[in-house]
Amino acid sequence: MSTFDTIPQTKQEMLVEILLRLADDRLILGHRLSEWAGHGPELEEDLALANVALDMIGHASALYEYAARLENKPDEDHYAYFRDDIDFKNIALVELPKGDFAFTIAREFLFSSFSYFLYKELIETVEDEQFNGMLQKHFKEIKYHLRHSREWVLRHGDGTEESNRRIQDAFDELWMYTGEMFEMDEMSRIAAQNNLYVDVSNWKQEWKELINSTLEEATLTVPDYNQYMFSGARHGRHTEHLGFLLAQMQFLRRSYPDAEWK
Amino acid sequence: MDTQKQLDDFQKRIDNGETIEPKDWMPERYRKQLIRMMSQHAHSEIVGMLPEGNWITRAPSLKRKMVLLAKVQDEAGHGLYLYSGTETLGVRRKELIEDYIYGNAKYSSIFNYPTLSYADICVIGWLVDGAAIVNQTMLAKSSYGPYARANLRICKEESFHKKQGYEMLAKMASGTAEQKRMAQDAVNRWWWATLMMFGPHDSDSPNSAELIKWGVKTKTNDELRQHFVDRSVMEAEAIGITLPDPDLTYNEETGHWEFGDIPWDEFWSVVKGDGPMNRERIKSRRKAYEEGEWVRKAAAEYARKKKLVKAS
Amino acid sequence: MSDTSTQSTEWPLWEVFYQPSDGKPFEHAGSVHAPDSEMALQNARDTYARRNEGIAIWVVPSDQITASSPEDRGPFFDPANDKAYRHPQFYTVPRAVKKRK
Repeated sequence: MSTFDTIPQTKQEMLVEILLRLADDRLILGHRLSEWAGHGPELEEDLALANVALDMIGHASALYEYAARLENKPDEDHYAYFRDDIDFKNIALVELPKGDFAFTIAREFLFSSFSYFLYKELIETVEDEQFNGMLQKHFKEIKYHLRHSREWVLRHGDGTEESNRRIQDAFDELWMYTGEMFEMDEMSRIAAQNNLYVDVSNWKQEWKELINSTLEEATLTVPDYNQYMFSGARHGRHTEHLGFLLAQMQFLRRSYPDAEWK
Repeated sequence: MDTQKQLDDFQKRIDNGETIEPKDWMPERYRKQLIRMMSQHAHSEIVGMLPEGNWITRAPSLKRKMVLLAKVQDEAGHGLYLYSGTETLGVRRKELIEDYIYGNAKYSSIFNYPTLSYADICVIGWLVDGAAIVNQTMLAKSSYGPYARANLRICKEESFHKKQGYEMLAKMASGTAEQKRMAQDAVNRWWWATLMMFGPHDSDSPNSAELIKWGVKTKTNDELRQHFVDRSVMEAEAIGITLPDPDLTYNEETGHWEFGDIPWDEFWSVVKGDGPMNRERIKSRRKAYEEGEWVRKAAAEYARKKKLVKAS
Repeated sequence: MSDTSTQSTEWPLWEVFYQPSDGKPFEHAGSVHAPDSEMALQNARDTYARRNEGIAIWVVPSDQITASSPEDRGPFFDPANDKAYRHPQFYTVPRAVKKRK
């Protein structure tokens, strides 16, 4: 719990909180992926990474836009450009620096496999029509992200010695940031009771099986699930990296807040 | 050696407006010129991702961030279409790429200038992509089929590039004092470099006549440039932007806008490698290519292993 | 071209065909480089279907395509011209049938 956290009281406040958690994850990871534009390992892959980045920023934008309507805020940009790092609710996994291609792929795989199960379950659960419509639309693209990253995990693991080493290092490094995906804080529990979120422990086992089978097929070692896990980013306790990301993302908009930029 | 009869027959096909396809007979020099021109065009698209990519993480709204990312992605696509087209002439993409990152193959000099403010992104859309469209619309009718088809596809996608830039520049030009200043400053920096995109004057362009004779191009550098200037003057006026050329005057007789002297010394010096960003651009592309090697190798190795398993 | 081509890896070339919409024949879109067929499909999608062009994609290794040669232009395709019975215009349709249209 951070200093300024309050537990939402109304159903609408809960919905906004969930929308922002989902959106922040996607905006920040989309931003990190967009850093590849023009620097991909091959032309075709430059296009692929940009597609994934565009999907994620697009998902974030749609979710923010809905939150803005519910909260009577001016627009989706309010959340992206005018909040500080302690307000951002994304997990730390997505804010870590871009890394090499192996790191990028390992992170995309961990995140999109998590998103895949989360969205699948949310679509079954969420009663709010608008929210559910969005989830269904985005789910199609998430399936593609999962396919893209899973195929690349296999090619890294079972490719060359170097690619195997690089992606093993990436999984080892990222592992302590996977815990936050499955945290059920008080807010998540209440939201789940109101059919706005789901109990993630329901399918954690399925997620593990997908991870284990993929890593095994890729001849990689699955890191220890019971190691130390980073925690707190959903409540504004981020890594040191988010501040720099936001400084870059927000500087122009904040320097001239009265100007038209859309 | 190409015989005179072959050359005459080839010229006849061009004059009849026929399209030349990869397996058709063609003069060796036609093939060489096309490889040079198409690969330069492809390199330009790829290097062009860098100055614009520079602003993706700082774009001032989510809408503009997505627009810019989609545009930079399109450029990768356009480079890819053009490399594909060039590969039909019997060269490998790898050779072409290594020719510009390690050798001295050229790309459009316009991308050797820095993008200093967000307004540069708008001006690149309006002027640089605008100039590219003028050129590519002509090239969509090129005599070489794969080149014409690649350009046709590019033109279809590129019109949004120009529109988004012009739209946002118009907003900045009628926005706050700071926005106006950024917009005008960006136009001042990019205008002359854009005019140079059409290449040297016809009198100094040794390749032009031959390319026109072969139907690779259908208009001269100066014709295209004039068309572009006429249009840009109107567009600048419409949004309250001043083009940085005191000599711009309308000629009633010709119906064209006459413009001042283009700084050709600067042009040739940037072409030869001495521009503000030449070295950095090449360094960035070289880094991406070299750091991509282990990735390409890994996937190739994986494919090889799978094939072996399948075969056994 | 450069004589000093490095030892760097290049993935093979694939030709991409896409079906513009339901019921339409496939069209050639262009080509992509990819290490294998799965990646070729993904790359084709990301390159040639960014704007919803197409509902289905085929990828074929470029070196697996056999094409007619330009010298075939005449003999290969002309024969149909003097076989009028292959073209629908060769046949007359009774008036009554025409009227019904």
